[in-house]
Amino acid sequence: MLKINDLHASVEDKEILKGINLEVNAGEVHAIMGPNGSGKSTLASVIAGKEEFEVTKGNVVLDGEDLEDDAPEDRAHKGVFLSFQYPVEIPGVSVTNFMKTAINESRKAKGLEDMPANQMLKLIREKAEMLEIDRKFLSRSLNEGFSGGEKKRNEIFQMAMLEPKLAILDETDSGLDIDALRIVANGVNKLKSKDNAVIVITHYQRLLEYIVPDFVHVLHNGKIVKSGGKELALELEAKGYDWIKQEATV
Amino acid sequence: MDLKDKLVSSFMAFENNVDVEHPVHDVRTEAMKNFETKGFPSKKEEAWKYTSLKGLQKIDFSIFPKQDNALAYKDVKKYFIHDIDTYKIVFIDGIYSSNLSETTHDGVDICLMSSALTKPMYKQIIDVYFNKVASKDESLTTLNTAFSREGAYIYIPKNKMPKKPVEIVHFATGNEAALMLQPRNLIIVEENAELQVIERHQSLTSNEVLTNAVTEIFAAKSAIVDYYKVQNDASTASLIDNTYINQKDKSFVNVHTFSFGGKLTRNNLNFYQNGEYMDSTMKGVTILGDKQHVDHHTLVHHIEPNCESHQDYKGIYGENSTGVFNGKIIVDKIAQKTNAFQQNNNILISDKATINTKPQLEIFADDVKCSHGCTIGQLDEDAMFYLQSRGIPEKEARALLMYAFANNILESVRIPELKMRINKLIANKLGVNLGFDL
Repeated sequence: MLKINDLHASVEDKEILKGINLEVNAGEVHAIMGPNGSGKSTLASVIAGKEEFEVTKGNVVLDGEDLEDDAPEDRAHKGVFLSFQYPVEIPGVSVTNFMKTAINESRKAKGLEDMPANQMLKLIREKAEMLEIDRKFLSRSLNEGFSGGEKKRNEIFQMAMLEPKLAILDETDSGLDIDALRIVANGVNKLKSKDNAVIVITHYQRLLEYIVPDFVHVLHNGKIVKSGGKELALELEAKGYDWIKQEATV
Repeated sequence: MDLKDKLVSSFMAFENNVDVEHPVHDVRTEAMKNFETKGFPSKKEEAWKYTSLKGLQKIDFSIFPKQDNALAYKDVKKYFIHDIDTYKIVFIDGIYSSNLSETTHDGVDICLMSSALTKPMYKQIIDVYFNKVASKDESLTTLNTAFSREGAYIYIPKNKMPKKPVEIVHFATGNEAALMLQPRNLIIVEENAELQVIERHQSLTSNEVLTNAVTEIFAAKSAIVDYYKVQNDASTASLIDNTYINQKDKSFVNVHTFSFGGKLTRNNLNFYQNGEYMDSTMKGVTILGDKQHVDHHTLVHHIEPNCESHQDYKGIYGENSTGVFNGKIIVDKIAQKTNAFQQNNNILISDKATINTKPQLEIFADDVKCSHGCTIGQLDEDAMFYLQSRGIPEKEARALLMYAFANNILESVRIPELKMRINKLIANKLGVNLGFDL
């Protein structure tokens, strides 16, 4: 589904990604771990098409199609979803209205009519219930005054609504208490299917107890320096990242 | 003949049509003298540094409309807040339209300035209030005073509140190649009374229109006044709005100004706090494109202790548009415990758009809280990426962010239908359909 080939990316002439290779197939869950500043969030942003980053070499291919010329919204329409580490506050626009806009813009891009209002409402209710989101919450302004946990839960709610092919969760576990973490992880697990894939970006192993990865990759200094199964995450938790750094510099 | 000469010579013709024996006419004559001496303000004056009236003075405006003109309600319905019932004072090319209006004398007076200025029953009130807060010195105000004859007259007696909001709407039909209008409004809200007003100037053609309006508002003790100015006029219509507000103890006056269009708009909004424990609020959303120009000049004069003022203006400037915000706050020496807040935030969405923003604080008391802040920025790229990554295209994402930026100004609009209307105007102005009513 997703193929990243020798991806190099820079911001303001500073190279952050230095040759990433990664293949993600439908039905798989990949975890990308690594110390702070290793390029995890940059990788997520580059896949989602953030223009601030310049791809200097290599490419990102989704279902055989190079995404190079696609704006972030085009990638979203093709099924890429990024759950943000720091979601943006949009005062005056309710969660419900925001979702209506997002869904109908995606449908428009596919040549479909707007989703009928009652169907939309039903979908919103269903997904909100799945993530144990109160109905009152849906009429609040998007992310405005939300707690850290509410923001993250709302990100997964958006994911549930948009049903992406490829979901990238960027530090979704940060700022979540254990109950919120469980709810969020349950939501993600319910959305998993043989047709979609999830990339979980995290610093800690904690979230991976709930969203169990098929593959774990360690990112260091803009490169994937080690890949393995879910046991690699446990090893990292126990030993920290220093040994990886040492191995990488040898 | 330039516009000043034309106005001066028209004054004699004007005198043939009004009662020159009425005391009000002495006020007019005095005002005319002032205008004759001063003429139109030029860019050399600090207060007019960024707004030039030169171009307008070259246009051959008709000073008096030549004939009555009728409009069918269905053709202009969209300019009213038609989803609710309102009192309406409507003028077409400066002439009162009884057809489109709904006035009242049922416990309150919501009617015409021409009646108030001529009928004996209003004489006492006119003596007390007319031209008492408006400047006798500022040239455009005195120009309006000289020609004051028609406009809205609203009198709300003690403890009263009209059953519904009042809409004051001025239409220009293009009957004249170029038309100058000078409406004069007088609004008196007595002790513990309440009033909501929505004001709009709307040109219906591409002929030039210049409106030089003066509104005097008197809010007595514990009165509450909400005044909404909707400025979304044609690209050939210019407006100079001079609003003067005199507030007494414990009164609340809120003025919201929504500036979305017009060729040149100058808002001179002046608050005089003659009492204690009152609150003056000025809020504005300005969204401009094309070559539009809006200049907000606010003044709050804190004359006595223990009062508050709040100013919050948001501006979004695109294409070749220009904006000005000049907020002056004066705190007199005895006006201790004053709280005065002023905020002006702007977003420039084009390289060619300009905003000049200037706080002007003159504080003579020592125990006060005054804050001011202004920002000029662009849309946040991270926020854009967030919205786009949800599948919202760039244009719509920009619109959502601009709406979010201006949103807090709308929160204090107390007429829900008006708020909805403003939201629609904003969506139109931003050129988007977001699939829901903003």
